[in-house]
Amino acid sequence: MDIIELTVHELIEKLKNKEITREEIVNAYSNRINEKEADVQAFVTICENVQKQLAQVEQKQIKSELAGIPIGIKDNICTKGIKTTCSSKMLENFIAPYDATVMNKINAEGMINFGKLNMDEFAMGASTEYSYFKKTKNPWNLNRVPGGSSGGSAAAVAAGMVPWALGSDTGGSIRQPASFCGIVGLKPTYGLVSRYGLVAFASSLDQIGTLTKDVEDAAILLNVIAGHDEMDTTSANREKVDYTKSLKKDIKGLRIGVPKEYFGDGINPEVKNAIEKVIAKYKELGAIVEECSLDIADYALATYYIIACAEASSNLGRFDGIRYGYRTKNFENLKDIYRNSRSEGFGSEVKRRIILGTYVLSSGYYDAYYKKAQQVRTLVKNEFAKNFEKYDVLLTPTAPNVAFEIGTKSNNPLEMYLADICTVSINIAGLPGISVPCGVNSEEMPIGFQLIGNHFAEETILNAAYAYEKESKFRENYKPQFKK
Amino acid sequence: MQVSREEILHIAKLANLNLKEEEVDTYILHLQDILNFANIVNNAPIDGLKETIGAQDTYNVFRKDEIKQSPATKQELLQNAPEQQEGMFKIPKVIN
Repeated sequence: MDIIELTVHELIEKLKNKEITREEIVNAYSNRINEKEADVQAFVTICENVQKQLAQVEQKQIKSELAGIPIGIKDNICTKGIKTTCSSKMLENFIAPYDATVMNKINAEGMINFGKLNMDEFAMGASTEYSYFKKTKNPWNLNRVPGGSSGGSAAAVAAGMVPWALGSDTGGSIRQPASFCGIVGLKPTYGLVSRYGLVAFASSLDQIGTLTKDVEDAAILLNVIAGHDEMDTTSANREKVDYTKSLKKDIKGLRIGVPKEYFGDGINPEVKNAIEKVIAKYKELGAIVEECSLDIADYALATYYIIACAEASSNLGRFDGIRYGYRTKNFENLKDIYRNSRSEGFGSEVKRRIILGTYVLSSGYYDAYYKKAQQVRTLVKNEFAKNFEKYDVLLTPTAPNVAFEIGTKSNNPLEMYLADICTVSINIAGLPGISVPCGVNSEEMPIGFQLIGNHFAEETILNAAYAYEKESKFRENYKPQFKK
Repeated sequence: MQVSREEILHIAKLANLNLKEEEVDTYILHLQDILNFANIVNNAPIDGLKETIGAQDTYNVFRKDEIKQSPATKQELLQNAPEQQEGMFKIPKVIN
């Protein structure tokens, strides 16, 4: 038995039966990181104190079944005493003085933080190539990107360097890398998971979520991180749900809508083919699958880049070289500190988005872009609402293509933005979405499909995802090969 | 819509960013590209639709105004300051 091949629910089972120990789990993952990190480059910071963390967990006698389970954290989630860099020169040496709410929850379970995972700078990107520190590689083919912005999280889970990880998703940043790396990525409903301690990119779209080996693990980790938090005013106050309870329900009669607009010219034929097989499988399982219309993808993408950049230009205003973050050496007065620190501390994509955001908010353009985008946001929400009157879930590809070669899109921002076409509308409407692997293409690169649910219908999409996964046996059939 | 050099420089100033000469050229091109695409929103059927400002309809969420213990000490809050003196953030002279 190879420990790093096991899912977390399998680890829990084996711990219960005393077939393995927590120490063996921690050692197995430490060894795996030593073996694979040089190739994959998923971590910004590797925690060297995992043995000490485990000793503390044992000493505190934490009763949780997750005690001693390793986890990796995207580097935009604040961890007290450990650097949180957002993969930016601006925060290269930033050590958060407090833990994010999700970290308090993870720590209360006695999980072991193995380190902070690479990402596009400030979560702006779709390939993790915009990290200031390093380019993470896709474990299926080391010449390809892992997707982004949670590329480090996805690659680390796919490579077996952590059994699961936290990421954040503003326009697809969990689902798209999960799809590119052949794992499961869940973006919960906006407000289900507290954003307190998540470094803000676009506050009305950002949501923390999970990257896991399978659907059951996603439900287990969502159980830990979901819940109301008074430190986040947008956090939803709802009754606690056990997301593992409804996984195994029969999906006979489940109504699945397949929006035809997501299968147009821009979708790679092999991806389309794989999704068609998924649809056939759902029909076999007794679901009622129908074609439907959701003609908002292009509007949603344009709206996304207007709103996300506008919010980012405001959120990133806080980086001024005064209280934390990079400070320029080249200044005579306060204005110089602001300007030069920001100009030297931010990378090119971040500056591009700040400029775009400032532009659409500036007088003369506010009405033409920002106001219109907010109206389109209403349109997007309405169109989804109409579909959820008829369907329980919607099914689309997660991305129009499989993972692309490193360096092929990083010089063309618009082309990179189009990689988000299938995922952004879900953030615009604040809905939950999950990406599930469904096969590989002729180059043996994984393909994922996306299930979208109504607000707070995580149980429904997890149930539907679980039913498919059990039949498809993706993990048994395909494994990353670390091709060079 | 055409983005001019003056406009980019004005926007950069508002955003507290300096742009190098060669950056100005690339950003004009990229911004032009992205704005041309973003113009789609002007064709969307949005007549009479209200603006949505967030994913939820919650409004004025307040908590009690209570004094609580900070999770971090003063030293921890200052630990990331580029320059500090006597427990304060240090900046250059503002008034001449």
